Amino acid sequence: MMKATVYVTIKQGVLDPQGVAVQGALHSMGFQEVESVRIGKFLELNLDTTDRAEAEERLKAMCEKLLANTVVEDYRYELEG
Amino acid sequence: MKFAVLVFPGSNCDIDCYKAVEETIGEPVDYVWHTATDLSAYDCILVPGGFSYGDYLRCGAISRFAPVMNEVAKAAEAGKFILGICNGFQILTEAGLLPGALLRNNSMKFRCHDTSLKVVNNKTPFTTDYSEGEEIIIPIAHGEGNYYCDDETFTRLKQNDQIVFTYSNNPNGSLADIAGICNEQGNVVGMMPHPERAVNSLLGSEDGKRMFTSILNAWRDIHGAASVR
Repeated sequence: MMKATVYVTIKQGVLDPQGVAVQGALHSMGFQEVESVRIGKFLELNLDTTDRAEAEERLKAMCEKLLANTVVEDYRYELEG
Repeated sequence: MKFAVLVFPGSNCDIDCYKAVEETIGEPVDYVWHTATDLSAYDCILVPGGFSYGDYLRCGAISRFAPVMNEVAKAAEAGKFILGICNGFQILTEAGLLPGALLRNNSMKFRCHDTSLKVVNNKTPFTTDYSEGEEIIIPIAHGEGNYYCDDETFTRLKQNDQIVFTYSNNPNGSLADIAGICNEQGNVVGMMPHPERAVNSLLGSEDGKRMFTSILNAWRDIHGAASVR
């Protein structure tokens, strides 16, 4: 069994209205040091495999095809086990 | 001319689309479930609005892998008419049948009201009954209609006349006020506003009606039948 952690983030240069709203809330709470907030997604996948190379190749396909929309999002992943 | 209205789990504008076809042009129309694997009987495919698959992950991200979407891609390739409205537009961009993506509205609010649109391209099969530059009233109802594409794609959209509708007052932050676009061939159109909700003055506007008469006329032109006026 391997564990994959996938992080999906909005591309630099693409506005993240959610992040902007959260930044505004933090400012109104007195956390003036917050210069920017970007909100992304965190996904945990348990993979029923022991072949690391194959797992990585398939994980990449999952990210490209479904988990991230590469028009507006970047992704990175970690693979353990 | 035969119409298909696709239905995904979570579609909620499918009945409106069906009724709009009946009401505006009276051509035969069927609901087609997302598991269908043959769309060859249809001349026009409407991908309706709603929250397919609960908008899980991203709007349209899961629906684009529904079996019927392979058939939609084939139909697009074959030059059939495809119109994606609201969630349907999001699905078509996720499927790569239209360029760009739809982001969260910059206001973070779900916007549900009439909008004034400018018809930028009246040469698509969906817009020939409008005049170029005409302003029409069509309602929107979305939380994620903020159209985005990179500079290169935007240049291509402009060069190929792929911007079909723009908002007179941008409600969501979309790039260059874009409300609707088409593919390079012009047979696939996606738009956030809902023409199917503007087909009778009782609904507040009947400006959406001409999208349906345009499609029928385009089909009749190709098939050599008399056009309707």
